[in-house]
Amino acid sequence: MSTSILARNASKQFTMRYHRTIKQITIAAMRRQQISDTFLAVNDVSFEIEAGESVGLMGLNGSGKSTLLKLISGVMKPDSGQVLTRGRIAGLIATGAGFHPQLTGRDNVFLNAAILGMSEAETKRKFDEIVEFADIGKFLETPVGHYSSGMFSRLGFAVAVHTDCDIFLVDEVLAVGDRPFKKKCMARMEEVRAAGQTMLYVSHAAGSVRKMCDRVLVLEKGVLGFDGDVDEGIRYLKYDDDKDDEVDSEETEEDSDDELGADV
Amino acid sequence: MTAPFENPPVTEDETAPVVVEGPATLASAKATALAAEPLVSPFDSAGLVEVFRRRYLLKLLVQKEVQSRYQGSLLGVLWSYVQPLVRFCMYFFVIGLVFGLHKSVPNFAIHMFAALAGVHFFTETFSSGTRSIVRNKAIVRKMPMPREMFPVASVIVSAVNSFPQLLILFVGAVAVGWRPEWQGLAAGLLGFAVLTVLGTALALLFSAMNVFFKDFQNIVSTFQLFTHWIVPMIYPFAKLATSSMGHSYFYYLYMSNPLTVGVLLIQRCFWVPTIPACPSQYTCLPNGDPSALGYPDLPHHLFGLGLLMLAISAVILVMCQRAFSRLEGKFAERL
Repeated sequence: MSTSILARNASKQFTMRYHRTIKQITIAAMRRQQISDTFLAVNDVSFEIEAGESVGLMGLNGSGKSTLLKLISGVMKPDSGQVLTRGRIAGLIATGAGFHPQLTGRDNVFLNAAILGMSEAETKRKFDEIVEFADIGKFLETPVGHYSSGMFSRLGFAVAVHTDCDIFLVDEVLAVGDRPFKKKCMARMEEVRAAGQTMLYVSHAAGSVRKMCDRVLVLEKGVLGFDGDVDEGIRYLKYDDDKDDEVDSEETEEDSDDELGADV
Repeated sequence: MTAPFENPPVTEDETAPVVVEGPATLASAKATALAAEPLVSPFDSAGLVEVFRRRYLLKLLVQKEVQSRYQGSLLGVLWSYVQPLVRFCMYFFVIGLVFGLHKSVPNFAIHMFAALAGVHFFTETFSSGTRSIVRNKAIVRKMPMPREMFPVASVIVSAVNSFPQLLILFVGAVAVGWRPEWQGLAAGLLGFAVLTVLGTALALLFSAMNVFFKDFQNIVSTFQLFTHWIVPMIYPFAKLATSSMGHSYFYYLYMSNPLTVGVLLIQRCFWVPTIPACPSQYTCLPNGDPSALGYPDLPHHLFGLGLLMLAISAVILVMCQRAFSRLEGKFAERL
């Protein structure tokens, strides 16, 4: 098997800026205050993911998961080290980010698909499927600015889900959408997995990670703390004894899909 | 950069000869094909080359801009005629009638409008390009794509918006006797080429810098206060050349502005051919023959100068692209 995602000593540093105008900077300098401060959102992270693997990316809020995902998707560039990928990348990250509120649903589908790298022919071929998945009915010709938030994210989702890719990234977006929609998304993720595409799944929900992934990476304050077996990883994060926290909603449901997007 | 990992050891995907048909074969065939591809950095930095490789996306972005620009307004596209027309009328009245340039410059209206069309295209490119990345931050922060797309798209949108003016200019010029002529057309094309290349270069650089400090969009709008005065628009070139400035170093400074040269080339295209065979009150034309036009109405070697400016603008474009590539790594976090 070939490597699909490779990170070698990748680091990403963010600058927190206290003072923005010249006046503020001058005053700060006179008072001998610090003018800016930096922190490492992703700190010297190295790992290798083989093609076809399904990997869960876990960690507490602010541990650098989203930054790492942005380095992999190509939105950000590591300050040092390398992140390399092979093949086309798509996924359920930032769905609907490219939507323009004044354009209709239809126009936005074409624009968004083009940003994701689809050609005109490819979009036309998949258009009906996308619309059906999004289930927005007659609102297709309405500007998306007037959509409800659920419709907006469903449409964004639908486009992303229909992009052919070799690497499929999933951020904690499953929190949006109703139950049937979540089910559809999980089904799609299963498909991706079955098709032998590489999947990287960011989630706080131990249950769905257990179901979807065969390996877990755990980030702690930007450092890769754990890389290995799913159950061990969840234990490492001490998420398994949080089980009873998740009971509050429909625990009686047999497929426990309330864990899907549960933001712990 | 990717050297050590570029060619991973080719591993056998299909350990056993595949006999089953259907999706499994397809999937493994795909996997082998994929394994042959190199590992690359997902952060796209191919620059302008990549922008023109993805023309379809560029087209959609331009359409989006054009469509959304005047949405919700009653006059719609008409607005792109209103502003330049109002400005034109004002200059025409004040400069032409009050200062009397009508009398000393033949077809002063065409002279001015030709310059205005060029300058307006340039400033529009420059200012909308400068804001382009910040305006599209929702996309730049979240979705990977060539970030040069946005400034380039705004250059094209500006060209689309400038088209009505060019049309008005064309109709006006024909009305006062303009006829196409090869040299003039070549001059017009060269003039717009200079403005486009320079405008793209500055749009790239300033859009990137504007991400870090919003001061840059103010700098650009301040600069726009000058543009109408530093090109021969409301005064003819001859006036400058024959003034005391025409004989000082200032003249060279003035002529080394690509914007000036671009405007003169556009005037060569639209205005010069409409100049009537020289009546006595104009001191301008040697022998009254427009093709023999030279100093002081237009500078000597205008074409040479134009080509030089095009080359310089191209060099500036390459430099601005380099600067953009260095800055774009921090766009997502700074927006």
